[in-house]
Amino acid sequence: MASIWSYANPKKFIDTTDRVLPVLSVLALAALVGGLVWGFFFTPDDYKQGSTVKIIYLHVPAALMAINAWMMMLVASVVWIIRRHHVSALAARAAAPVGAMMTVIALATGAIWGQPMWGTWWEWDPRLTSFLILFLFYLGYMALWSAIEDDDTAADLTGILCLVGSVFALLSRYAVNFWNQGLHQGASLSLDKEENVADVFYYPLLLCIAGFVLLFVALVFLRTQTEIRARRMRALLARERLND
Amino acid sequence: MRALLIRDLRLAVRAGGGFGLGLAFFLIVVVLIPFAVGPQSALLARIAAGVLWIGALLACLLSLDRLFALDWDDGSLDLLATAPLPMEAIVSIKALAHWLTTALPLVVIAPVLAVLLNLPAAGYWPLVLSLLLGTPALSVIGTFGAALTVGLKRGGLLMSLLVLPLYVPTLIFGAEAARRGAEGMAYGTPLIFLAGITCGTIALLPFASAAVLRVNLR
Repeated sequence: MASIWSYANPKKFIDTTDRVLPVLSVLALAALVGGLVWGFFFTPDDYKQGSTVKIIYLHVPAALMAINAWMMMLVASVVWIIRRHHVSALAARAAAPVGAMMTVIALATGAIWGQPMWGTWWEWDPRLTSFLILFLFYLGYMALWSAIEDDDTAADLTGILCLVGSVFALLSRYAVNFWNQGLHQGASLSLDKEENVADVFYYPLLLCIAGFVLLFVALVFLRTQTEIRARRMRALLARERLND
Repeated sequence: MRALLIRDLRLAVRAGGGFGLGLAFFLIVVVLIPFAVGPQSALLARIAAGVLWIGALLACLLSLDRLFALDWDDGSLDLLATAPLPMEAIVSIKALAHWLTTALPLVVIAPVLAVLLNLPAAGYWPLVLSLLLGTPALSVIGTFGAALTVGLKRGGLLMSLLVLPLYVPTLIFGAEAARRGAEGMAYGTPLIFLAGITCGTIALLPFASAAVLRVNLR
């Protein structure tokens, strides 16, 4: 069996993802449409929250992916720093805007949900605050990528920033717990806990989460391909200028 | 190492007024706050600890881009890199010099400015202690940010964007300790957390800063 590192070859990566992408996109679309339609039209209203509970089908998957996107960037950065595979660095770069967008979706849907339920758009609650901080980290990461011209230097610096930022993001997550008491409920999707959301909401939610994961993977593949091709084009242009 | 520290301190004090600038900035921030929120002394007393922490943090941030930029421009950073001193030591010394010239004066002047903001008498010790324990972390984290952006033409704004989120835990615990002290509560716990963050950053972050600097000098 071929090792996973063989996909570090840009050519192989593009070939494989080209074949996988259509399937992934169709699956993501199907899961998202299926999950959202199921969730919005075929589940009962919550007895306390009424129909506003249905925003959960966007809010929870987006929040999950916002964190997991950063985790993926962390892993990709470590792979780049240790093994110097360019595809890895480019994948981390490609994931950042997607992750940032997921954070915005989670924050925005949370505000829309919080207005009728808590009576406020925004509260300095630990979970909300740490998400805002995560968003700032995404912004800084993307700004650093775009500020540096040399590709390898940029990849190195952002990689280290991602490592250091992860530690500090985690620190902030627990520091804000210390700083303010929460309004947001605790985790309600853990696999090992007694108290979870009811099954009627759970299954469409799972489908939506699967849809968001697939969507994320598809977008990252697509954006990484774009990055690889853009870099290849720059290399070709440079070669042209050399030959002139 | 000592020679480098003394050189950096001399440069900071003598060349171009970077030394007093942070202090002046701190003073101005503190003077502007009452204009913005109103002169009621009860309100000022409540926010004094937080305002002083924010002011100190911004003053630290302001002076960070001078940390490596001058040495980068005139090439002495390349000389330092080829010196027998390990890069981690250089970075730590730079952070120490920054703390001595920028942060320590802030800590000393903070109680004076606290009078302007009507800080309750119980809050002075916690304020000074928390600043004393917290500002080394600000300097070390700032050194990392400065090392990241040293090669960039207009890195100052970008550096703020990178460094400020990293300041969040330090600020939370530092300001919390100062606030609790001002309100007469026990402030030991946040102070211990703050000391932990400072020790952790001093121990680990120089490695990251040195790695970043090596990349930039490549």
